[in-house]
Amino acid sequence: MDAELLSQVLFAAIKTGTPLLLIALGEVICEKSGVLNLGQEGMMLMGAVVGFLAAYSSGSVGLGVIGAIIIGMFMSLIFAFLVLHLGANQVATGLALTIFGTGLSAFVGSGVVGQTVQGFQPLIIPVLSDIPFIGHILFTHDLLVYLSFVLAALVSYVATKTRIGLIIKAVGENPHAANAIGIKVLRVRYCAVMFGGAMAGLSGAYMSLVYTPMWIENMTSGRGWIALALVVFASWRVGRIMLGAYLFGLASIMHLVLQGMGWNISPNLLAMLPYVATVVVMVIISADHFKEKLLAPRSLGKPFDPRQMA
Amino acid sequence: MIRVQARIEQSTLMKIASPLLAIFLTLIFGSVLFSAIGKDPLQAMQVLLIAPLSDMYNIGEMFVKMGPLLLCAVGLSLCYRANLWNIGAEGQLLMGALGGSTAALAFIDSSSVLALPITLICGVVSGMLWAAIPTYLKLKFNSNLILTTIMFNYIALYLLLWAVHGPLRDPEGYGFPESALFSDITTLPILFDEGRIHLGVIFAIFAAIGAWVLLNKSHIGFQIRVFGEDEPAARYAGFNGKKISWIVMLFAGALAGLAGVAEVTGPIGQLIPSVSPGYGYSAIIVAYLGRLHPLGALLSATFMAVLYMGGDLAQIEIGVPTAVVGMFQGVLLFFLLACDFFIRYRVSFITNNNPIQE
Repeated sequence: MDAELLSQVLFAAIKTGTPLLLIALGEVICEKSGVLNLGQEGMMLMGAVVGFLAAYSSGSVGLGVIGAIIIGMFMSLIFAFLVLHLGANQVATGLALTIFGTGLSAFVGSGVVGQTVQGFQPLIIPVLSDIPFIGHILFTHDLLVYLSFVLAALVSYVATKTRIGLIIKAVGENPHAANAIGIKVLRVRYCAVMFGGAMAGLSGAYMSLVYTPMWIENMTSGRGWIALALVVFASWRVGRIMLGAYLFGLASIMHLVLQGMGWNISPNLLAMLPYVATVVVMVIISADHFKEKLLAPRSLGKPFDPRQMA
Repeated sequence: MIRVQARIEQSTLMKIASPLLAIFLTLIFGSVLFSAIGKDPLQAMQVLLIAPLSDMYNIGEMFVKMGPLLLCAVGLSLCYRANLWNIGAEGQLLMGALGGSTAALAFIDSSSVLALPITLICGVVSGMLWAAIPTYLKLKFNSNLILTTIMFNYIALYLLLWAVHGPLRDPEGYGFPESALFSDITTLPILFDEGRIHLGVIFAIFAAIGAWVLLNKSHIGFQIRVFGEDEPAARYAGFNGKKISWIVMLFAGALAGLAGVAEVTGPIGQLIPSVSPGYGYSAIIVAYLGRLHPLGALLSATFMAVLYMGGDLAQIEIGVPTAVVGMFQGVLLFFLLACDFFIRYRVSFITNNNPIQE
């Protein structure tokens, strides 16, 4: 494989990995606070459809992105209320959110299937993009990809270096202790879940405004689920999430690469690659049961009721 | 003011009332939604819920849709009872359809009476196999069952697409991604003169009754229930957790596989890319709405089948996209989870302003 092709492939891997990175960044904060939101796919689809509709009707992609973020937060708020206030089962509620989002997005978007918008245009950064090889891979993307770089750095910084990050961690590790020292556990969890919703919405907007600038039913095709696996794969660390997202991006575009190299394999078989890769990766990381237990937020998925004592 | 207290014991009344209340709230939500988009809510509800039961043909179609929903939901109910989060009914159903179709196409020139039973067994075994892999990965490598079963749904879908575009495509089908029509020998018998009710519907009803017997009248069923409710107690009693997991998951896979093969050998009659309109996912809601009880699933699958029918009719008669069904399903599950709050908590209204309460 020559350098030109390799640079094209890595460029595409970043482009394809970006929605995974965005949604996983939200989910990792949510999980660090002890809440497992399986509704990612539903929030992402709502973000995609609302982002598209807003951009389609207003002609502004910026409004599209804002609309997507707001709907993502609204969706996550439903989840947060059921799980945090009514103590509903997190797994079942997350599934409900995905089913609801899938249905609602198809319903809302049924009028604009097949329409297109003028999506985000590439924003070539001067000077940096002239660096040989790396320049093209990293600095000839669109605004949202650069935003994802910034957000990854920001999430990593907040999670590991700030007081807010410490509070989120305390709530996720031991909510009773956090409560005892005066942290409002449910309030922190609400914020974390809604951050997750905002990022899922943004990720959806990336799908419908950048990746394929149109709305198609179920267009996220399981990316919300893959992101959930990605967070486990990265053992809740932002740097590894970034790496993992681009690796999955690479797996998703392998069929184009192999076809380009003249391999004749059914596109349907190659389309399985990211899902198979997800399973394989999960098997490898979970096999070390002790390590996963050690790294996962300790109260992940467990409800906290301030009315009851530990 | 409102006072919320945790109940000492779960409320049995609310356990039964909660699904009914959730359905009622969903209907109110639906009426508001239909008014908002400028449709007559009463007419819309009539089309969604009453019209599907208006004549014998439609009632028959309702049963045809109930079959796969019920088969999948019964299996999922047992899984969820045992705390196994199997989301893979959709993939197991698709694999059942694929495995069964492979057999049915092999029997296309056969006249053997064994052709249909073998076809059905192939479907069932394919579904079991598709459930067995995530089960094995969970028990051996501790991988997350929710995520693996979801991934296997996608993999199954692409396998099926590959098959109908490739090896199983009808060579005389003008390039359409469809298999040849199955011969009569591998088609499930139709039960009544009118409509399309086939043997698969009977299988589904028997599966629900069988699962109820298994769960409530057998030692295995007792172990499943103890495992779901109190795992440490089950371990203390010496129950074999791995064995229970295998039994429940394979049972669920077999039923979902049967649902798939019954679809292709029943109402569809060939393998097509769109075998299932998401039955495997809807079955999750059916299972919950039926309170994870096999006989409860019988009622909730009927309701869900009416909703599916209603969605088709709504598109034709009042121009509402079929996707409205998926949205209603999600809303229904939300309301159900919210209403379940009252199973665990008692809410009372306090009128006097006595300062020494709490």
